[in-house]
Amino acid sequence: MKKVIVIGNGMVGYKFCEKLASHPLRDQFEITVFGEESRPAYDRVHLSEYFTLDSADKLLLAAREWYAENGITLRTGEMITDIETETKRVFTHKHDYFEYDYLVLATGSSCFVPNIKGVDKPGVFIYRTIEDLDAIKDYAQKLKHEGKYKASVLGGGLLGLEAANAAKELGMQTEVIEFAPRLMPRQLDKAASNMLQTKIESLGMKIHLGKNSQEIVGEGGIEKINFTDETSLYTDMLIISAGIRPRDELAVKSGLKTGERGGVYVNNKMETSDPAIYAIGEVALYNNGIYGLVAPGYEMAGVAVDQITGGEKLMSPSIDMSTQLKLVGTEVASFGDPFIENDEVTAIVYENKQRGVYKRINIAKDGSKLLGGIMVGDSSDYNTLFQLYINAMKLPENPEDLILGSRGGESKSALGSVLDLPDTAQICSCEAVSKGTICDSITSGACCSFKDVVKSTKASSSCGGCKPMVTDLVKETLKSMGQEVKETICEHFEYSRQEMYDLVKLHSIMDFDEALDRHGKGHGCETCKPVLASIFASIYMETANRQAPIQDSNDRFLANIQRNGTYSVVPRVPGGEITPEKLMVLGQVAKKYDLYTKITGGQRIDLFGAQLHELPMIWKELIDAGFESGHAYGKSLRTVKSCVGSTWCRYGLHDSVSFAIRIEERYKGLRSPHKLKGGVSGCIRECAEARGKDFGVIAVEGGWNLFVCGNGGATPKHAILLAEKLDDETCIKYLDRFLVYYIRTAAPLQRTAPWLDKLEGGIEYLKKVIVEDSLGIGEELEAEMEELVQRYACEWKEAIEDPQMMKRFKPFVNSDETDESLVFVPMRDQKMPRPW
Amino acid sequence: MEELLKNYQSVAEEHAIHWIKVGQTDDFPENAGACVKYNAKQIAVYHFTRTNSWYACQNLCPHKMEMVLSRGMTGDSQGIPKVACPLHKKTFSLEDGSNLNGEEYSIATYPVRIQEGNVYIGFAD
Repeated sequence: MKKVIVIGNGMVGYKFCEKLASHPLRDQFEITVFGEESRPAYDRVHLSEYFTLDSADKLLLAAREWYAENGITLRTGEMITDIETETKRVFTHKHDYFEYDYLVLATGSSCFVPNIKGVDKPGVFIYRTIEDLDAIKDYAQKLKHEGKYKASVLGGGLLGLEAANAAKELGMQTEVIEFAPRLMPRQLDKAASNMLQTKIESLGMKIHLGKNSQEIVGEGGIEKINFTDETSLYTDMLIISAGIRPRDELAVKSGLKTGERGGVYVNNKMETSDPAIYAIGEVALYNNGIYGLVAPGYEMAGVAVDQITGGEKLMSPSIDMSTQLKLVGTEVASFGDPFIENDEVTAIVYENKQRGVYKRINIAKDGSKLLGGIMVGDSSDYNTLFQLYINAMKLPENPEDLILGSRGGESKSALGSVLDLPDTAQICSCEAVSKGTICDSITSGACCSFKDVVKSTKASSSCGGCKPMVTDLVKETLKSMGQEVKETICEHFEYSRQEMYDLVKLHSIMDFDEALDRHGKGHGCETCKPVLASIFASIYMETANRQAPIQDSNDRFLANIQRNGTYSVVPRVPGGEITPEKLMVLGQVAKKYDLYTKITGGQRIDLFGAQLHELPMIWKELIDAGFESGHAYGKSLRTVKSCVGSTWCRYGLHDSVSFAIRIEERYKGLRSPHKLKGGVSGCIRECAEARGKDFGVIAVEGGWNLFVCGNGGATPKHAILLAEKLDDETCIKYLDRFLVYYIRTAAPLQRTAPWLDKLEGGIEYLKKVIVEDSLGIGEELEAEMEELVQRYACEWKEAIEDPQMMKRFKPFVNSDETDESLVFVPMRDQKMPRPW
Repeated sequence: MEELLKNYQSVAEEHAIHWIKVGQTDDFPENAGACVKYNAKQIAVYHFTRTNSWYACQNLCPHKMEMVLSRGMTGDSQGIPKVACPLHKKTFSLEDGSNLNGEEYSIATYPVRIQEGNVYIGFAD
């Protein structure tokens, strides 16, 4: 049994363990890992998400138990202070020693702290570990209590902007200081940097470029930073995130060969100057470089495992530093040589300041291949471009199509089919999985779905950036094997949502059991039941009451379940217009039932903390006062948000409130594949944020402009113009057609924006169907909507009037007691559930 | 919190000592859950009409320790009857209480008997 000791339990150190633990020769090795942090290895790439997670455990790459289960001794909170290379022993700070046959240095890097006077003042932080983030968070909290909100970040590179985003998330007014004349100087050119800067500044963050910090000044804590150009910046805290320095101190002390500017020298086997010692990750100096990205680190881990187990794998001769990420909400990507400029190269640049998009590709003058490029604001082409570059593939006749899209004619991916890629093409760079490996896993019969492939090859399991490409590969490979790849609803129905919609309609199927009998199997599940419920609702406009058991559990109880199992109640307030009398009713009800009250983003009022048995009583009172269900719990029309419009606003062109109310009243209760939101703005100032909705109407001279397929949320999308200068009736007509068309054809839980993305022909095709009625189904769609509108009923009114339906709100079948296990805690004069 | 979990231990049909009547069959919804109370326990009861099978388990979801499972959706996965928690869609087998998402925690299940239109649940305490 050979003893392997790994010093460092970061991402790369962990990857080494993972690879060695799953190696066929694993039994020949005894593995011990030392980590100086108290936690096992965590995901540093997503460190800035720490503030939005409820627990640091979510960042862990593997729980502590994983190490034990895999026979790995994990010693966290222990530091190795000496390596004795002659006797092959390492010593800990507690003066224990451990023997090794192979030693792996995965000590990573530390934050580079520039030598500025006053850098040790309170209020100056570095950004590297979870502990750093905790310290930053605590200090920011303290500042905010003192009414201080200014934070600055030193470093406008990738890491600096990550840190800036974290500071912003903490509610601080954040400014970024960068020494270079542009942001992300290693990845972006000046124009790209300008675009990124505009985007970031539009979010309220200020950027200072070309600033050389001279001194940090302050009585006690930091108060301001002086720059060499005699300007200064006032700030209440400073976060340093300006680069990394390899943690090579142990290697230096042990006499291993290190680089002049740091890093432990390694050859292409990852061996250091001592053949029993390997170095991997950010501490390794390979080809005269230190690589601060995860992918090369993982590759190094793979090489080291292979070498130690007697293999012959070598590190790639050149390291690819291509990267794609989201910084401060903006997509940024850079690949190959982003800056290359010489006689052999032509750069093609696309810049759209209105949309905030910049793209540059560098191609060989003869148009034969792609050498590198940059994308800001929209990196959706990254995977394709990266493959063209890394595989030196032939470019299309008009290389500008690569970033502009093909103009005129069919839009087609520049790559053609993903199957055209060479087998060696690396699809997942984090896990180094090639196209060949993915396809083989399918053709060999080992895998037959995306899920299988991820499990067996690990492709797409790390950052997930290659997921679309892996999905396409799986689909195309299965197709090439003659297997039709169908997006079936689940194991119980071998049909897509659209097919089930047609089947239900064609055969007039009336309920879920009948659908299972005729076209499905088993009992159904939490996936297919709500899909069928939505289909029944769309075809027959039945409310969630008729087939309560197949509704998603929120729809079954007509309310939104919250953390502690209580519910929130949201009555409809069409267009956000409400009389003082009705507002008082909401207040009285909230007070009577002791409900936490909050204004929603959709201009309504949410009442939280209602127990199951209270829901009918609350609704009885609300309905008596003239309220209706707001369907906040359903995949259905939520709200149509409006600005106050021409009745009051001095800029308003048309009466946006009246139109919003008309639209909301028309579509209320409409069930759809996902939730639907609308907005109406009275002028182009767009105060109703209508373009952030599934449908948005904006007043212009001469009518309404109708936008469709936008949304907020995790992947915000602006709605796209469908038609211009419409009168009220035409606008409603197009909305009718659009909504029914979407409801008929979308996949389950697919909102309008991704639906449009997948719609062949895109917005131009949609315009033809909706505006030009190219399919000749316009009247049919309108008639269908008209019928749905006529059949509307408030489902809460139905529920409280029917004793049979009321049974479901009884907490216990065998007792009239209520659930007394609920605990609330006070918060700002109201209450909240006891935290988890 | 952990104390709460100890209150629920699976009972095999042959080990049930007390059969508690919790209602009549038509007090319970078809193909969905409802909750009953037995001393300090909250028990979720499900009626699968397609196979006319009855299942009972703890109402407590062990993921976040909330009393919610009776309000989850029911169904099957590869033929195994299951319930999905309404909070985060964690799914559990109603046959043996195991977690079907491959996570650690599981739930306690209880035997159900139907006699003359009445529903009985078996407890060992």
